[in-house]
Amino acid sequence: MQDFFFNYGLPFLIIVGQSLLLLVGLLIFTAYILLADRKIWAAVQLRRGPNVVGAFGLLQSFADLLKFVFKENIIPSGANKGVFLLAPLVTVTLSLAAWAVVPVGDGLVISDMNIGILYILAFSSLSVYGVIMAGWASNSKYPFLSALRSAAQMVSYEVSIGFVLITILMTAGSLNLSDIVRAQDGNYGFFNWYWLWHLPMLVIFFISALAETNRPPFDLVEAESELVAGFMVEYSSTPYMMFMLGEYVAIILMSAMMAILFFGGWLPPFDFAPFTWVPGIVWMVIKTFMVFFMISMVKAFVPRYRYDQLMRLGWKVFLPFSLFWVVLTAGVLVGFGLVPQH
Amino acid sequence: MIVTAIAFYVFAAIAIAAGFMVIAARNPVHSVLFLILTFFNAAALFILMGAEFIALILVIVYVGAVAVLFLFVVMMLDIDFVQLRQGALQYLPVGALLGLVLVLELALVGASWVITPDAVAAAASPVPAAADNITNTRALGQVIYTQYMYLFQASGLILLVAMIGAIVLTLRHRPDIKRQVIAHQIGRKRSEGVEYKDVKPGQGL
Repeated sequence: MQDFFFNYGLPFLIIVGQSLLLLVGLLIFTAYILLADRKIWAAVQLRRGPNVVGAFGLLQSFADLLKFVFKENIIPSGANKGVFLLAPLVTVTLSLAAWAVVPVGDGLVISDMNIGILYILAFSSLSVYGVIMAGWASNSKYPFLSALRSAAQMVSYEVSIGFVLITILMTAGSLNLSDIVRAQDGNYGFFNWYWLWHLPMLVIFFISALAETNRPPFDLVEAESELVAGFMVEYSSTPYMMFMLGEYVAIILMSAMMAILFFGGWLPPFDFAPFTWVPGIVWMVIKTFMVFFMISMVKAFVPRYRYDQLMRLGWKVFLPFSLFWVVLTAGVLVGFGLVPQH
Repeated sequence: MIVTAIAFYVFAAIAIAAGFMVIAARNPVHSVLFLILTFFNAAALFILMGAEFIALILVIVYVGAVAVLFLFVVMMLDIDFVQLRQGALQYLPVGALLGLVLVLELALVGASWVITPDAVAAAASPVPAAADNITNTRALGQVIYTQYMYLFQASGLILLVAMIGAIVLTLRHRPDIKRQVIAHQIGRKRSEGVEYKDVKPGQGL
């Protein structure tokens, strides 16, 4: 019995503890990212944004949470009840589960698996199910149109994200996210990271991440001027909040992925004294937030894409170009003998 | 070990139950959702066997792409469920007969199946010596890109032919609709797009 405890029980408890720690940290970060998003958006439009609850509106997200939880949950009579309630759960679970492999610092990761990058790709490709299930189960026109749009959109942009990931993992020689960050460590600090070598891929990944997470200018899934709120029209109270939460956690995941793949994760930008004193997790948070700031600014000043142009961009521009970059990277790595040896 | 065994039975049982529900569910969309659950449990079984690369590829390809398209098509089908159930009884004898034939054939194949000693040896050590710390991905790559290179490329070629075939079958150029040609729009010059007219007051053009 004691043997059983030390072999299975204790590791299990440790994993549960780590996961809880990550979840609490992530949810608090999400609350402030949401506030930051609204504040940045407001600042671009010369408004103040939320500023009533708490100092500078710092408690706004928590007030919103309470409001959503205490509201009545309405399920339309024509809806397919089981799938209707399953959809927000799927969205939240998938976006939170993807964080299990994200290294927030050197060794600070719940599961340091060898195929972390595939795990992230798998879970971000599954996030489309929340939208499709919600759109179908609502049994109403706008959500259904939104579900059809999202199915095509998210599948299309996954392809180019996949190719971007392939170039990165070829350069780093590993599918392990921690190893990818370590492979970017070098003598030139900031200039060693992959954003310089793979600058076009950084642009493609950034835009594809916007499309994959249904952020403006690619938020055709919930385009309020044509589809009211898309797949979320029929949702209220807690299920609605779960959609919002899942969406923002997915956006932060994409920001963190960009920080890891292109901006050296937890590594300091310069490899000398005042920068190396700062712990890695702080660098990771700063980088993630800076990427999120760019995503937020895009929302503030880029008009929404038309649907056929969105498809054209994904299939006719990004796909051929990222495929070309994969071939180029492979050629350069082999031709100049730069293939990483492990 | 007992935890692994319990996990195996749980995943296997859910996979079989979900597989049964794929054909038993009344609503076709529910069927596809159960199919996804089956894929997931199959992936979990792969992970239990230590083949995590194949497990995640299964999730990415089948759940992330193929099942999305299934769901996409099934959602748009306009099905009358009452009519569907009326017809089911009519086809039951034919279906049962086909099922019986399949089971018999499977039994015959299973009974007369002979595995060569080479295959047994190869199956016993799929990963080149775990002590070398070779990851799943690397082991697969070493086999696919050396020993089975031609088979790998041939299967890629078959998929390419299938893809081109599907495009050729469905692509049609309809002359009666206006298409947007981005290159023409971008290629427009100021001299072609704008024309200055000097309009005299009180005269018009």
